[in-house]
This record gives sequence, structure tokens and C-alpha cells, in this order.
Amino acid sequence: MTTTVAADHTTVARRVSVPRGYRFELVKLVSQGRIRLLVLAYWIAPGLFVAAVSRQSTLPSDTLFGRWMHATGWAGPLVILGFAGTWALPLLTSVVAGDVFASEDRLGTWRHLLVAVRSPRRIFVAKALASLSVILLLVAGLACSSAVGGVLAVGDHPLVGLDGRLLAPSDAAGRVFLAWVCVLAPTLALAAIGLLGSVALGRSPMGLLLPAFLALAMQVAQMLPLPVAVRLALPGYAFIAWHGLFTSPAQVGPLVIGIVVSLVWAVLATVLACLLFLRRDFTNPTADGPARRALTTGLLPPAGLLVLTVTVLTVAVPSVGSGIRQDKVQRSVATAFAHLYRLQTRQLDRPDVTEARLRASAACDKGAGQVTPEGPGNDWRCVVSWHLPDVEATGTAVYQLDVTSDGRFVADGDGPKEVNGYFLVRTPVGDAPNPLWQFDGDVELLSTAPKG
Amino acid sequence: MDTLHSVRARGITKCFGDVVALDGIDLDVPQGQIHGLVGPNGAGKTTLLGLLLGLAVADSGSLEILGTPVRRALAAPDGVAGFVDGPGLYPSLTARQNLAALSVLRGGDARTAGIDEVLDQVGLTDVADDRTRGYSLGMRQRLGLAAALLTKPRLLVLDEPSNGLDPAGRRHVHGVLNQLAAGGTSVVLSSHRMDDLEALCSEVTILATGRVVFSGPPGKLAAENRELDYRLLTSDARAAREEAADTAGIRVVDGVGPRYGAEVLVVRALVPALDELVVRLVHAGVAVRELTPVVSPLAAAFLALTEQPGEQPEQSEQSEQPTRQSTEQEEDGR
Repeated sequence: MTTTVAADHTTVARRVSVPRGYRFELVKLVSQGRIRLLVLAYWIAPGLFVAAVSRQSTLPSDTLFGRWMHATGWAGPLVILGFAGTWALPLLTSVVAGDVFASEDRLGTWRHLLVAVRSPRRIFVAKALASLSVILLLVAGLACSSAVGGVLAVGDHPLVGLDGRLLAPSDAAGRVFLAWVCVLAPTLALAAIGLLGSVALGRSPMGLLLPAFLALAMQVAQMLPLPVAVRLALPGYAFIAWHGLFTSPAQVGPLVIGIVVSLVWAVLATVLACLLFLRRDFTNPTADGPARRALTTGLLPPAGLLVLTVTVLTVAVPSVGSGIRQDKVQRSVATAFAHLYRLQTRQLDRPDVTEARLRASAACDKGAGQVTPEGPGNDWRCVVSWHLPDVEATGTAVYQLDVTSDGRFVADGDGPKEVNGYFLVRTPVGDAPNPLWQFDGDVELLSTAPKG
Repeated sequence: MDTLHSVRARGITKCFGDVVALDGIDLDVPQGQIHGLVGPNGAGKTTLLGLLLGLAVADSGSLEILGTPVRRALAAPDGVAGFVDGPGLYPSLTARQNLAALSVLRGGDARTAGIDEVLDQVGLTDVADDRTRGYSLGMRQRLGLAAALLTKPRLLVLDEPSNGLDPAGRRHVHGVLNQLAAGGTSVVLSSHRMDDLEALCSEVTILATGRVVFSGPPGKLAAENRELDYRLLTSDARAAREEAADTAGIRVVDGVGPRYGAEVLVVRALVPALDELVVRLVHAGVAVRELTPVVSPLAAAFLALTEQPGEQPEQSEQSEQPTRQSTEQEEDGR
């Protein structure tokens, strides 16, 4: 006769709690050389870069806020933010979230982990939280390092916004902080897509590179003359929409839409990754992983979300086409010019004059008047007019504009030389950069103002 | 008298799509027994071990582990440890860190979990602070065993634990497993190494295409089995050949090649006939220095029962494991 071992002290082994699983995943992530290297690089390199570039005579003026790096330490973190949205954040989400599941496939440790934790759901949650923590640490590194580097190298000075308005240091610091917080949303979306790729494609390199590829595709898409609704429906739009924080009033609409879209993508991709992971059979030796289901479960819902978002935004947002219209360009150029004119006036130690009294306006056309004045292009030309108190004549200045499809523009002064035709102005204390020579601006794509 | 069983499986069937991995398997593993699973690749060994670890649940049949019925995946009872498909180790961590992380994961305290003790048990103390990235397969196997030992298991499930082990490492691991079994822990292990299974296991189960084709003590295989070839080394080869030729049921196998040397005789016989030959040699004053199966009973049974005439299971160090007969003969000769 046989009996099984008495079950007096035998209980079904308890599942490992999420906090313990989270700690385990963190230990594994932090022990990886490339993660340590990334942390080190993201916490040190931006500060050194900003400090070094800010002290050079040649500034990265083709990058948003780059031309102000010599003037204030708060321009540096914004330059880094622009770069981060393009390269650094997709790369870090690829390396961290894109590999967090695939690494177990590569090491052959799934069964070991399942036996230890006893809950695929908790494994998923722990891995997602651990990768999120590391990503947040890296984003914080980029932000803090570049801000500290900028402020230490240049100082805590006012920052010129995208409408030419001077932002007090505390205001600038707050907006810089807010801008970094806002890009967490698209970063989360990329991270969730990384998780999805990692789960769906297993040890395939495509799983690792998915966020980077997607970010690249979104960048290319943002450069195309797409309708505003399509542009806003892309999960990476908030990487651009933070520009709206540096105008007055802030362009909150596109930013909020961008953040909401990013968060919806983050939630959808995370749920899909979780479903794929929970359905995976880790014991089946003939299973080829969930790769075959990736097309249906991993690809179709995001494609459906994109179509749905585009449809909703097409109906909901007031702008059609590119969103770049003549009246908006004229308004943006005139506003920025007025603010910067005051700045130049102060530099030259002339009597101050308010924007209201300047009554600056701009008349812009495109393609020398041969094409409809709307949409992106480098063939915009604006003539800015303004009035000075007690002066009969109206001042005029010419600008050549390069307007990109995301609404950003660079205005390049074309004379007269005393106003905007030369990159230096002679001030009582010596030569200084001329704020009216070249400046950056932003056209709000969703503006509800009537066509003028 | 009751026998306590750590594992009791009845009619276990497990399919993966159209593939039947296990087909009505029965398995009993008494407490404190080392039980071997052997079978060709794809026989279902790893699937069965996965069920014991709780990685999956059977499609049909009943499974009790440590007295607890297991009816769903990842619901194996406390006290079950081990690994399938190699030990799960993280190469960026040292051996000590791997064990500490596991210990904390399971809710223990890395300082009091007995990490040093288990590292010492498996002979990895000297390399405990090296990253496992540089570990050999044998060292990884031993660390996997250490990770299982950390939980103080009552049922240890090991998939090919001797893979990559050198003779010293294998002896070390055997010592650990025997010690565990003596302490009441049941061990279920799979291996392609017949010498390991014969040295360690009090019972073996041979699987073929998902079915049990033999289950019992390895010694029973010799009794049940057909004739085996034995290598016979004596003090007088010519006399031994004459005695063998005169013994009923003994056939001298000629043409075995030069690898055994001229003084070695290969005879084919059942165990009773072999016993008779040994008695006759003693009476004839011929010393028996070695009497070893050319292929072990387990290996021969494996080949016969799994119908793999062309394949040779791994077998090494035969000379280290003389048969009962040769040992007794040496003692008699003294």
C-alpha cells in the first residue's frame, strides 16, 4: 500500500508579491553594463554638452532655443529636450523596455522565473514597472543634468520664448520642468510599444528596435505635409507640442491632445503586451512564441487606434489641411517681432516702448505671391511694420521665413541693417547679438482665429 | 506497510497541439528516493519534469505532489524546487548575487538564507563573487542546484544536472544528491548519462514517445533483460576462454577489435550463466580482475526498449563502477 507524503505542512506555494518581483527585476536591469552606462551617460553627458556649447561662439541656432544658449542656462535643457525627443528617448526605451522580456528569451530563464514567481501577471507588472522606473531615471538624468549644466555655465537668466517674450528665470524654469514632464507621455507610449515588441517578437532584434523604428517613422511623418488631424494622432506628437508652452498664451490644445493620444497608445500597447504575455505557453516545446499572433494581436489594434484617432480629431479639431495659414503666420511673426524689438530697445539703451504702442503687424506671402499663402515651406516672406511714438514714419523690416510642417519657423532678417540685417548690434557696453536678426517662432496649428 | 510518496501520478496525458508529449504516464516517487527519467530526445522527460515543477498542468490524469493535488499551472506546493532546460541564471550577476536575488524574491533575507552554505555544498565558494557570464556549463549546473537547495526542497526536480560536469564535479553533485535523499528529500532527475543514473537512482523510468516502457530498479533491468556483453579481464586469458567455452549459456564474442587488448575476453551471457562462469574460473584458479558490462544493463535496456539500435547513450567511467560480481570475486580471491 502506498500513500502520498502527508500534506500537514504542505501548502500551495504562495505567489511572489509585485514589490518583490519589482525589486528582482530592478536588480537584473541595474546589473546590466549597458544600463549602467546609459544611466551614467544620461546623467553626465547632457550637462557637459550644454556647458561646453554655451561657452562657444558658434551656437546650434538650427535647434530650437539653441541661439539663446549663451544668454541663459534654461535654453540648454530645451535644446537637449529637442534632441531627446528625436534620438535619446526612443533609444533608451528601445534598450530598456524593448529588451526587458526578450532578455529572458535570450537567456532561457522564463521557466526558472515562472517557477520562482508563479504568476505571469505579476511578472509582467514587475517587469513593466522596473523598466518604467529605469526610463524615468534616465529622463530625469537628461533633464537635471542639462539644466544644472546650463545654469552653472551661463546662469539663471531670463529666456526668450517662441513669441519673443522674455520669460523671467523662475517662469522659464517652471516651463522647462513642465516641458520635460509633458514628454513623459510620448516616452511612455514608446516604452509600452517597446514592451509590446519585446513580448511579441521575443529574441528577434526587431523587438528591441521597434520603438526606435517607430520614432524614426513618426519623425519622417512629421516632416511630411500631413493634415493636422493625422499629425496630432501620432503618439509622438507631444515630443513637438511642448513648444507651445513657450508662447503666450500657451498653446495648450495641441499639447493636451498630444499627451492624451500618447497615453492612450501607452495603455493600449501595455494591455496588448500583457494579453500576449499571459497567453504565451512557456511549456510547449514546439511553440514558436507569440510571433505569429503578433500581426493580429499586436499590430491590428494599434492600427485601428490610429484610424480612430485620426477620425475623431478630424471631426473635433477646428483646423483642416496643414494648419499653417497666412493669418497665423502674420500674427506669429508680428507678435514675436514686437517682443524682440523691445528687447533690442533695452539693449540699445533707448526709451522703452510697449508692444501695444508699437502696433507691429506683418504682411506675409509665399512663393513671391505665386502660390496660395499656406502650408510649410522656406519661401515665405514677411514685411513687418511698426510705429514708434512721436514718429510719423512707419518702420518696416523684411524677413525670409522657413516654416516647417510642425508649425515651427525660423525668421531670417533681410534688412534694414540697423534693425535686423546684421547679427550684432552696437550697445553702449559693446557689440551684442541682435535679437531681431534671426528668431524662432511657432504657428499654432489648431488656432480658431478666423481667416484674415 | 505504507510507503510515503512525494510524487504520485496516474494516467498523465499532455498534448501540445497534435503532438502527444505524455500518454497515460504513471509515476511513483517514494520519499527520499532518487528517481531517474531516461528516454530518447522528445520522449517527454522535460514535459514530465515541467509538470512536477508546476509549469504546466496535465490535460488528463491526476498528479499529487507532496500530498497536494495539482490541478492548475504554477500551483505546485511549497517544497518543490529545481530546473528544466538548464538553470535560470543571470549572467550580469555573480553567483552570490544570483542566489541573493532569488532568496529576496522568495521573501527571504539574503544574509540569513544560507547562501554560503549552499555554495560550499556545490563547490562554488571560490568563484562565488565572479559574474556567471564566465561560468562553464558545469559551473552553471552546480549553481542551478545551489539555487534549488536554497529553498530546502522536499522534492528536487533536475533536468540533465550532470551536463557539462567534469568527473570531480559529477562526484560532488552525486554526493549532494545522495545526502539530500538520505535526509528525506526526493529527487527526480533526467539524464542521458546511464552511469549517472545507475550510480544515483534507486529506480528509473524509461520513457519512449510519451509512454512508460519500464519503471523499477535498474538492477531489475539486468534480470529482465536479454543477454549482455561483458568485458572479462583475468590472470590467464587462455584458461578463461576455455572455461567460458565450456560453460553453458556463455558465448565468447570474437572480433571485438584491438581496443581491449589480447588479455581481455568479451563474453555474451545472461546473469545466471555469468555467475556460473565466475565460479568455474575460481575453481580453476583463475583470478578475475575485472568483469564489466560492455554496455550497462540500463543502457542496453534503453536501446532495446526505445528501439534505437543505432544510438549509443552516453556512458563513461565504466571502469570506475565494477559490477557486483567482480567486486565479490575480488573479495573472494583475497
